[in-house]
Amino acid sequence: MSDIHSQRNLAYVRTEQAPAMPAPLTVSGPIGWMRENLFPTPINALMSLIFGALLLYVIWITLDWAVFKAVWSGEDRSACIGDGAHGACWAMARAKFGQWMYGFYPFAERWRVDVVGIVGLLALVPMMMPSLPYKKLNGIFLLGIYPILTLILLTGGNFDIGMSTWLTVGAFVAAVVIPILLLGFVAKIIQPTHALMASGAIVGGVALLLIIMSIDFGLPYVETSKWGGLLLTLVVAITGIVASLPIGILLALGRRSSMPVVKLFSVAFIELWRGVPLITVLFMASVVLPLFLPPGTSFDKLLRALIGVALFSSAYMAEVVRGGLQAIPKGQTEAAQALGLTYWQNIGLITLPQALKLVIPGIVNTFIGLFKDTVLVGIIGLYDLLLIVQAANTDQKWVAPQTHSTGFFFAAAVFWIFCFGMSRYSMFMERQLDTGHKS
Amino acid sequence: MSVTTGVDGPPKVAFFNNPKVRSIGVQAILIAVILFFAWQMIQNTLANLERANIASGWGFLNTTAGFDLSFTLIPYSESSTYGRAITVGVLNTILVAFCGIITATIIGFLAGVMRLSKNWLVAKVAEIYIEVMRNVPLLVQMFIWYKVVLAALPSPREAWSIGGTVFLSNRGITIPKFIWGDNAWMIAVAVVAAIVGIVVLKKWAHKRQEATGEQFPVFLTSLGILFGLPLLTYFALGAPVEFEFPEQGNFNLRGGVGLVPEFAALYFALSVYTAAFIAEIVRSGILAVNKGQTEASYALGLRPNPALRLVVIPQAMRVIIPPLASQYLNLTKNSSLAVAIGFPELVAAGGTVMNQSGQAVEIIAIWMAVYLTISLLTSAFMNWFNSRMKLVER
Amino acid sequence: MKRTLLSLALGTAVSLAGITAASAGTLDDVKAKGFIQCGVSQGLIGFSNPDDKNNWTGLDVDFCRAVAGAVFGDGEKVKFTPLSAKERFTALQSGEIDILSRNTTWTMGRDTSLGLVFAGVTYYDGQGFMVKKSLGVDSALKLDGASVCTQTGTTTELNLADYFRANNMKYEVVAFEKADEVIAAYDSGRCDVFTTDQSGLYAERLKLKNPDENVVLPEIISKEPLGPVVRQGDDAWFNVVKWTYFALLNAEEAGITAANAGDMMANSTDPGIRRLLGVEGDFGKNIGLENNWAANAIKAVGNYGEMFDRNVGPDTNLKISRGVNALWKDGGIQYAPPVR
Repeated sequence: MSDIHSQRNLAYVRTEQAPAMPAPLTVSGPIGWMRENLFPTPINALMSLIFGALLLYVIWITLDWAVFKAVWSGEDRSACIGDGAHGACWAMARAKFGQWMYGFYPFAERWRVDVVGIVGLLALVPMMMPSLPYKKLNGIFLLGIYPILTLILLTGGNFDIGMSTWLTVGAFVAAVVIPILLLGFVAKIIQPTHALMASGAIVGGVALLLIIMSIDFGLPYVETSKWGGLLLTLVVAITGIVASLPIGILLALGRRSSMPVVKLFSVAFIELWRGVPLITVLFMASVVLPLFLPPGTSFDKLLRALIGVALFSSAYMAEVVRGGLQAIPKGQTEAAQALGLTYWQNIGLITLPQALKLVIPGIVNTFIGLFKDTVLVGIIGLYDLLLIVQAANTDQKWVAPQTHSTGFFFAAAVFWIFCFGMSRYSMFMERQLDTGHKS
Repeated sequence: MSVTTGVDGPPKVAFFNNPKVRSIGVQAILIAVILFFAWQMIQNTLANLERANIASGWGFLNTTAGFDLSFTLIPYSESSTYGRAITVGVLNTILVAFCGIITATIIGFLAGVMRLSKNWLVAKVAEIYIEVMRNVPLLVQMFIWYKVVLAALPSPREAWSIGGTVFLSNRGITIPKFIWGDNAWMIAVAVVAAIVGIVVLKKWAHKRQEATGEQFPVFLTSLGILFGLPLLTYFALGAPVEFEFPEQGNFNLRGGVGLVPEFAALYFALSVYTAAFIAEIVRSGILAVNKGQTEASYALGLRPNPALRLVVIPQAMRVIIPPLASQYLNLTKNSSLAVAIGFPELVAAGGTVMNQSGQAVEIIAIWMAVYLTISLLTSAFMNWFNSRMKLVER
Repeated sequence: MKRTLLSLALGTAVSLAGITAASAGTLDDVKAKGFIQCGVSQGLIGFSNPDDKNNWTGLDVDFCRAVAGAVFGDGEKVKFTPLSAKERFTALQSGEIDILSRNTTWTMGRDTSLGLVFAGVTYYDGQGFMVKKSLGVDSALKLDGASVCTQTGTTTELNLADYFRANNMKYEVVAFEKADEVIAAYDSGRCDVFTTDQSGLYAERLKLKNPDENVVLPEIISKEPLGPVVRQGDDAWFNVVKWTYFALLNAEEAGITAANAGDMMANSTDPGIRRLLGVEGDFGKNIGLENNWAANAIKAVGNYGEMFDRNVGPDTNLKISRGVNALWKDGGIQYAPPVR
């Protein structure tokens, strides 16, 4: 054994000391950072160079067009033709800025839009900051009072609420309240005094609402066809967002219902809306819907678009919420039932709060999608932000080669700011609400 | 023995508190409401159509269209019918959706992996790309892409060409047209045979690897079969296909088969926009796979590439597929925005028909029916694919 | 005044319950609601577009103001609904608008099968071609094989197909939804030819980077009589719209302008002028309006010539000459029956 061993040339056994390694390259400071993150391997270095060059090129052509070659001031189209025709025409954007924000809202009444915007911001910002108190009061204001304030300020209030309206609304309220009361009395599950107080509150609330609507505040009437620009975009988007969440939740619950008709209806509704493009939905709202209504009735165009957008996005919302509902273990529902909670108590107190928290990213994504989709209302002739920046190109005073691109650039920037802000906020909320149950 | 309200009978509950009765009641009311609205709608529509003297029905589909379309997959001229114009639109929609889905998936996977790259610049570029694309309306992007495509390409008189066969200009790409001779169908048979051969080969290689552990270069062999077999058939038959080469005309290139730049712009915009969403789905899918899986595969001696391909991606796919399916549906539906940049897909072609014939209700019904069908078919396919991927789970 | 947003939301419920508003004829409806709902284009230079002071301007817009002047004595009692080409006919059919004044070509098909009727021709147009000078083309007959940019869903698209087929020429059409995209595509070289109505060629030229490098070909390949449209079977309203148009033409012929209409009413001795302005006869009463209806229409927007010059004439950026739109006595074809 030892013979064999000694005959071998022990090449793998080191006989002398290894040479000293050079000192390690710097790992701190900008150079170290670059070496670590940009040029760790030759392939990485090559990719860094290619993508760096690409990034610089895109930034350069954008800046060149939007800043260096741009026309910043001028009285009419003559500033932006000829030599000025190669960069953005910001002179036009300055002249049109008010219109892009407010649409055709009369100059003298624009303070009303400002008030709505400022009040909304003042209420929304504290609502969005988790550390601030009075969330409940603020929520009541935002969802209860603020919409009415907005409606009155933007349109001017003073609605013509005649006898027929009173009768119709009265009939609806009665149709809802009376059966519940009757059933309640027969079943002896609610106390008469409570019931009377509750129904009194409902009737009183509706009556108060109608009366407020019909008060003449001395504000001139501004019809919805004069709304436009960012104002209209925000009205469509926010109404869609606020309306789609409750409808979406109801549809999601309906889709998981054990009642076959309700389930079938929900599935059909969701798949129908999700299966067709919004553009056809809006065409339907603008072209075909008037044919569905009784002869002689017409329907505000904005309202039509709002309904179309809200129904469309609620179908998407329903699927997002359903995903959250499916993720809640069945044990939660069973535990709720064992405690004697009713279906709605279980949904409202146990299942939904957990489910909604899980799907916040999905909900926000749906909101962002909805916000971007509002540009399509331009197709049915509502002057949203995208259509109104294009309208600048049909104004004899400002039509020029770069008018079109300048408007698009502006609209794209505005949309980007809103959508990016929303997505960042959702990330923030996700971290805030993370109770550590996710792996 | 005289207590009538005994414990032996079912508990007495007021009938309206019985869940069964309640559920039937609710459903009956729902049906009644739906029927009422449907009936109202049909009544009103009929009354309105009659009152306004608008002709209705499907007869208009056989009327001569009288307008031309810039891009058709089937023969079409201005003397074709409205019905054919709509068929052209449907085919164009399917074409652009199909091409867009493939490209968006590729770009999306690349960008998703890039965003997780250790190279800071690569990750940042991917992030900027994703955040810009996701937050700007597609319609705006489409206009920008169209401008970029047109600005980047030369006029047809200075068209770039590859050896006088393929031309690229701002009128699109023009390639030689195939004129099929006799026996040319054999080539198609050869292609099918090649595909069948590849499938068989793959199965065999898999089996062999399971049995012996030896690997077989499936990819290269498949590539060889796919191109080799049809080419062999082509020469064996004595080259039965002739080419009609495009040549410079007065304004445009004459002859050949062209692909218009509107298609390119639409295709780019759809792919690049949807890819940004797919990238996020892929990223979250990969992040959802436990890090231990990667570490375990490294411990088993797999290199990073096979580890990603064989261990991480198959598991990530289960998270990725359901949202991926809805992105595919979105892409298909978003192709309807092409009307803005002049590509004659379903909504554009149908819109023109609607304008010329005034048959709004019928056209919108066709739109909805076609998109619904496409959506349901895509959903069905993705569900099938999803369940196949699920089988991997043990 | 009715506040549409809410009352209509509630109103739908009401009408679903079976109470339907009886439609009594557009003139009565219009008088009852106190304004005219006028469908216009979403933006066509010189014909209808909102300016930066939020006012709608243009020939089509002014015509609606003239009708409002005739009905109410106030040209501002009109509301504008911007419509895309696709929506325009259904909007009128469904009663959403009272009058469609949206550069719409009068064709037999539209006049007979859509339940609509054209009330006159406020602008005689014709389809023309614009090409780049550098192509060296001087006639539309040399356009064989060209790419043509046009707007979709218009008669333009049909005329184009007819023209090339009739002359046995090949072409490639690229059709866009909006005029803006059409001209942008032409300007960036996507097409050799840009085709639309002649008035549109003048308007769209303003958007070109180098307008002087383009030339309009001499051929006019179609007749495009553009005019206001109303619903069929509503003769009272049809007469009001039709005669407002005639009154504007007659006013130009008689030399009545927005400035001198009041003066003419008081002092003119010309019996034709006195009849038109309602000083003599009951012509206004007979179509259900005040006797000074025509004077009111003229005071609102001026006579036809004033309306033309203000919106599209030589002093505007469009610089369109009267051409066939001149009065018959000046060699044009604008001709109105007399008020007698």
